Amino acid sequence: MKPIKIKAIYIIWLREMRRIWRFKSELIGSLVMPVMFLVFLGLGLNGAAVPGIPRGVSYIDFIMAGVIGMTLLFNSMFGGMDLLWEKEMGFLKEVMVSPVSRLSIFIGKVVASSTTSIIESVMILLLGMLLGFKFPDFGRFMLTLMFMLVTSFTFLGLGLAISSRMKDTQGFPVVMNFVIFPLFFLSGAFYPVEALPGILRPLCYFDPLTYGVDGMRAVLIGVSSMPPILDFAVLSLFCLAIILIGVHLFETGSDIGN
Amino acid sequence: MGIIEARELVKKFKSITAVDGISFDVPQGELFGILGPNGAGKTTTIKMLTTLLMPTSGSAFVAGFDVYRQRDEIRESIGIVFQNVALDLYMTGRENLEFHAWMYDMPGKLMRDRIKEILKLVELSGRADDLVETYSGGMRRRLEIARGLMHRPKILFMDEPTLGLDAQTRRRIWEYIRVLNKGEKITIILTTHYMEEADFLCERVGIIDRGRIVAMDSPENLKGIIGSDSVTLDVDSGDCGLFEQLGFVKSCGKTGGLFSLNVEDGEGKIPEIMLFAQAHGIKVRRVGLKRPSLEDVFLKFTGTKIREGSGTEEEEEEETGRQ
Ligand SMILES: Nc1ncnc2c1ncn2[C@@H]1O[C@H](COP(=O)(O)OP(=O)(O)OP(=O)(O)O)[C@@H](O)[C@H]1O
Ligand SMILES: [Mg+2]
Repeated sequence: MKPIKIKAIYIIWLREMRRIWRFKSELIGSLVMPVMFLVFLGLGLNGAAVPGIPRGVSYIDFIMAGVIGMTLLFNSMFGGMDLLWEKEMGFLKEVMVSPVSRLSIFIGKVVASSTTSIIESVMILLLGMLLGFKFPDFGRFMLTLMFMLVTSFTFLGLGLAISSRMKDTQGFPVVMNFVIFPLFFLSGAFYPVEALPGILRPLCYFDPLTYGVDGMRAVLIGVSSMPPILDFAVLSLFCLAIILIGVHLFETGSDIGN
Repeated sequence: MGIIEARELVKKFKSITAVDGISFDVPQGELFGILGPNGAGKTTTIKMLTTLLMPTSGSAFVAGFDVYRQRDEIRESIGIVFQNVALDLYMTGRENLEFHAWMYDMPGKLMRDRIKEILKLVELSGRADDLVETYSGGMRRRLEIARGLMHRPKILFMDEPTLGLDAQTRRRIWEYIRVLNKGEKITIILTTHYMEEADFLCERVGIIDRGRIVAMDSPENLKGIIGSDSVTLDVDSGDCGLFEQLGFVKSCGKTGGLFSLNVEDGEGKIPEIMLFAQAHGIKVRRVGLKRPSLEDVFLKFTGTKIREGSGTEEEEEEETGRQ
């Protein structure tokens, strides 16, 4: 095992923090989409009887976990694929020829991007309060954070894995259509996966986001398809597997820095 | 045994052979130059030696480590200035340097001192806290160089470091490169398009063309291959052969109204030549002296003038022809 360099991880993280601070407006801008989902879906369908949602649960409460899941999915996938922008800018070469092990670089990127994703998710949770969502107490908030973290790691790993094998950003739309959207729609973000027809339902259980969303819903509003412990266990297994594959692809991608 | 040893290095990109069997050694502490026209394979060679590209075949050792199997160890020993700047446009100049220092594990105080010193060298102190996005091309180049010079590696690779810089800045950077090489004993491998740069800096130069080394020696010896000075006389009439009566004239050629005499130490011989001409009634209108330059050497070995910039039609034809 190559040594992990804390200093390197820290500076990669600090670079990301400086960037989001410098481009605050971008961060705010990326909140617009999820908030629109909350406003237009959440308020619009608030009175509607959506199949599979237990009585007494308002729709906005129900989709909060879904909107956060969506934010984590998109942010983390794009965070991982930032690698390709850095490659196009040339900066990746500087990172890749430094004496820092690929593993440390990978960890640095994961830690940095997940910080951003989680900051955004918490902001959504806060904005939800304006729409009548009840902010969780401390214990539940911490549990939510745990789910956020593991979900974010999972999709960062996936984003990094994919971009380790892509030449440039040209393939973005393909990844968007064939990876990100399917993951999103199969996750039960906006209605319980039980509402899907039988042929689609099994696919949902291969989607890590399903467990992330279900788990967050459990800790946020006490409604879920599976016990949250199970959600967490399965999600963590997915996370571990994807991270290991991601690290491997990243370490062996022979001309990532070229 | 050199600190860099390359043997029959080859790199193929699909149908293009960018580097076609290059071998050379660089002893520790040398300032070695790689000279070649556009597309000769300079950058590709550097990329293979710095672990950015896997060679197709051949072997190379950098600081004693194998470029195939000991890539991490190599990265510990080198620094690079890239031809295409590799800066983060969305950080400030200072932040780019800081990022580098942390990645290379430099202690905090050393980092701050070095950043100050190096910003001064490249005259960016005043702009250090602006985003690199707002820098001009030359400023980005200078920052790129500054970063490469910061952590004092064992071996420093510089791929056309001073491309596009003004003459004054280039001079200052040359001096600094020399100090690093002589004072800090850093081995430096530098590619360049500028003949004066190679001549001024490099102890040894390899001329590469179409992926192969066509000549390799010190600039002096290379120029020696071209031969001696040539004194040109613009005359009305007369016999060129006459000058061969002067013992020191090695040969003499006539083109149009111009005589060119090959002599050693042209400057010192001009007075004698003039007296001789006068004595033989040859009226000289102008005298010129031409020293052999690396440019001539380059011309001789590659058959081309060094091309600055790229994209002429001729060149593209050549490149496709090579596939
Ligand atoms: N990634 C790549 N894919 C395909 N061909 C490449 C690649 N990189 C370089 N080449 C080709 O390899 C050859 C050598 O390129 P290289 O960049 O090494 O030249 P160079 O000597 O550095 O030229 P310059 O003076 O213009 O920088 C060129 O014909 C180039 O088109
Ligand atoms: Mg080049």
